[in-house]
Amino acid sequence: PCAGPVESKNEAAMSELVPEPRQKPAVPMKPMGINANLLGYIGIDTIIEQMRKKTMKTGFDFNIMVVGQSGLGKSTLVNTLFKSQVSRKSSGWNREEKIPKTVEIKAIGHVIEEGGVKMKLTVIDTPGFGDQINNENCWEPIEKYINEQYEKFLKEEVNIARKKRIPDTRVHCCLYFISPTGHSLRPLDLEFMKHLSKVVNIIPVIAKADTMTLEEKTEFKQRVRKELEVNGIEFYPQKEFDEDLEDKTENDKIRQDSMPFAVVGSDKEYQVNGKRVLGRKTPWGIIEVENLTHCEFALLRDFVIRTHLQDLKEVTHNIHYETYRAKRLNDNGGLPPMTAETEESHESNL
Amino acid sequence: LGPRWLPVPLAAVMDSLIIQERLVEKLLSPRAQAQRSHPGKLKDHEKQYVGFATLPNQVHRKSVKKGFDFTLMVAGESGLGKSTLVNSLFLTDLYKDRKLLNAEERINQTVEIVKHTVDIEEKGVKLKLTIVDTPGFGDAVNNTECWKPITDYIDQQFEQYFRDESGLNRKNIQDNRVHCCLYFISPFGHGLRPVDVEFMKALHEKVNIVPLIAKADCLIPSEIRKLKERIREEIDKFGIKVYQFPECDSDEDEEFKQQDRELKESAPFAVIGSNTVVEAKGQRVRGRLYPWGIVEVENQAHCDFVKLRNMLIRTHMHDLKDVTCDVHYENYRAQCIQQMTSKLTQDNRIESPIPILPLPTPDTETEKLIKMKDEEVTPFPAYAPLVLKLEPEE
Repeated sequence: PCAGPVESKNEAAMSELVPEPRQKPAVPMKPMGINANLLGYIGIDTIIEQMRKKTMKTGFDFNIMVVGQSGLGKSTLVNTLFKSQVSRKSSGWNREEKIPKTVEIKAIGHVIEEGGVKMKLTVIDTPGFGDQINNENCWEPIEKYINEQYEKFLKEEVNIARKKRIPDTRVHCCLYFISPTGHSLRPLDLEFMKHLSKVVNIIPVIAKADTMTLEEKTEFKQRVRKELEVNGIEFYPQKEFDEDLEDKTENDKIRQDSMPFAVVGSDKEYQVNGKRVLGRKTPWGIIEVENLTHCEFALLRDFVIRTHLQDLKEVTHNIHYETYRAKRLNDNGGLPPMTAETEESHESNL
Repeated sequence: LGPRWLPVPLAAVMDSLIIQERLVEKLLSPRAQAQRSHPGKLKDHEKQYVGFATLPNQVHRKSVKKGFDFTLMVAGESGLGKSTLVNSLFLTDLYKDRKLLNAEERINQTVEIVKHTVDIEEKGVKLKLTIVDTPGFGDAVNNTECWKPITDYIDQQFEQYFRDESGLNRKNIQDNRVHCCLYFISPFGHGLRPVDVEFMKALHEKVNIVPLIAKADCLIPSEIRKLKERIREEIDKFGIKVYQFPECDSDEDEEFKQQDRELKESAPFAVIGSNTVVEAKGQRVRGRLYPWGIVEVENQAHCDFVKLRNMLIRTHMHDLKDVTCDVHYENYRAQCIQQMTSKLTQDNRIESPIPILPLPTPDTETEKLIKMKDEEVTPFPAYAPLVLKLEPEE
């Protein structure tokens, strides 16, 4: 199902997705003077415009995974992020279902369109994570799934007759939901992030942040950041992948001040000061999801969608996937992996 | 034991006592006594009045002098606001020197039992309050049987009481039995989690469980309603026996009955705790200050804290103790005796002159004393025998 917001609203939003297009038209204008070279304008910069047009036509894939105990608002948050009913919650999943005994991986795809740009969004949910009495190794099915997607891509890449555009099912971003206890991370959180930060981009978020006052939030975030640092957990944006100074300063600020984002999600609208806003109505006030003084949802959304979306994909492709590929090639003695059994098992997984 | 007297608010005990004392004085005043010695001169209503109606208040007065004790256990995952709630309930700061462990330290932590005792006095009434904390419960990656240290602790207190009760120095028995267990359910779930169900099933026949929805200020009213319904359904479904509020007497006034109904309908209570005072509408209240508003802990439209406090302290404290003594402890005692008797029949001992003690080997000193006492006393037929006579199995 398609969900498409109104065109006019999105010209502004779209321009934030892609670098600002120059006012010059796609086709280079003929220079006014006789000697074209002397005027110095060749038109190389129009390549950006050409790329943009192409992206708009082909659209792009984005795969986001959500991990956390049940009830932390994962589905609601994803719906809020993409302003559409894209999560498992809205796809006919019955809330009355029991918690699964083992972690399941449920991927649901939607195509959403904004400003002429099509995004094939896949939300990967992990029901059952952290809900059992014994949660040992409950991250294993998740790690397995992520590696399977890398394997699929790798197989496609080494094919003799490759598809022009390899379908990308690799997980670009994993939102890890931290329970807002106000104390510190839980042992399970540490275990998960230690194992998975090496294979996928993890963005930790503090769920249901409306349960903490401002001071509690600040203290909790500080403590969580410190714990992550002490345990050597590199969450996205990873320090080692900052490309230049500009990136570094921008990402440092995010890493040291804003993350982990303390978020609140909602798919209901209320009237506040004459405007309709997404929020939660309590007996003591209305919590506005997009109000930065209430919670950091807007920061998370801008970070994941408006500024770092492409980077998330690039890091996944250039770093995590390459690490996997290198390991596979090494294990295989430098030869590409193409055994009949791996092919079969992947067929059945599809 | 005497006629059942109405539970009264802790602090109002002295007030009612004063009234009753004045009545007693009136009855025993010299003038009244003089009149009694001349029966003919007694007025009609005084003729019928004997005066034992004051017995409950005499019992009352004696126990007030002795002071009350109450043991409250709190259990639930860490970070659900248990300590804050306890501090709010009893207006104390029991956890000043607490050091919270970080996640890495907690990976290998086992469940501990930590006791804090505080003496509270209000309007002349003394309460010795013991809070039993259970840090580490439900926090590990693998929480299999994490309730075992807790059930063991409760059983130990029963065993201790059983031994004391069967012992010689019964005047100063210390009652360390757990009278009530507040179980904190996370508001972030969709109902009970597997660990919640297993915990409550392991404990529901040993202690009065009062389930609470913690940190209720992260839920909007419709979510609270749904969650409460869901939890009630699941409690029924899994056969968990939580503490039931007793039926109020039919001769109670309508207001009391209405309150009682509301209490029963609000379970499980959705609570919020706070130790900070904030300014709201020109008043200073206990609450939590958010950018979007102020949550008042004692505002019944915001949460059920007041209901919980009233229930726990002002109306049902005595019933909780009664049920602990009459039901949970008796169950334990009966089980224990059964185990002992089955053990004894296994050992082929036909008659045991020694009263059944929970420990298989009581110390020799006590055994000697007991034997001496037994030889002195002849059992009265009217009373239940102190000694268990066992017939050999055929």
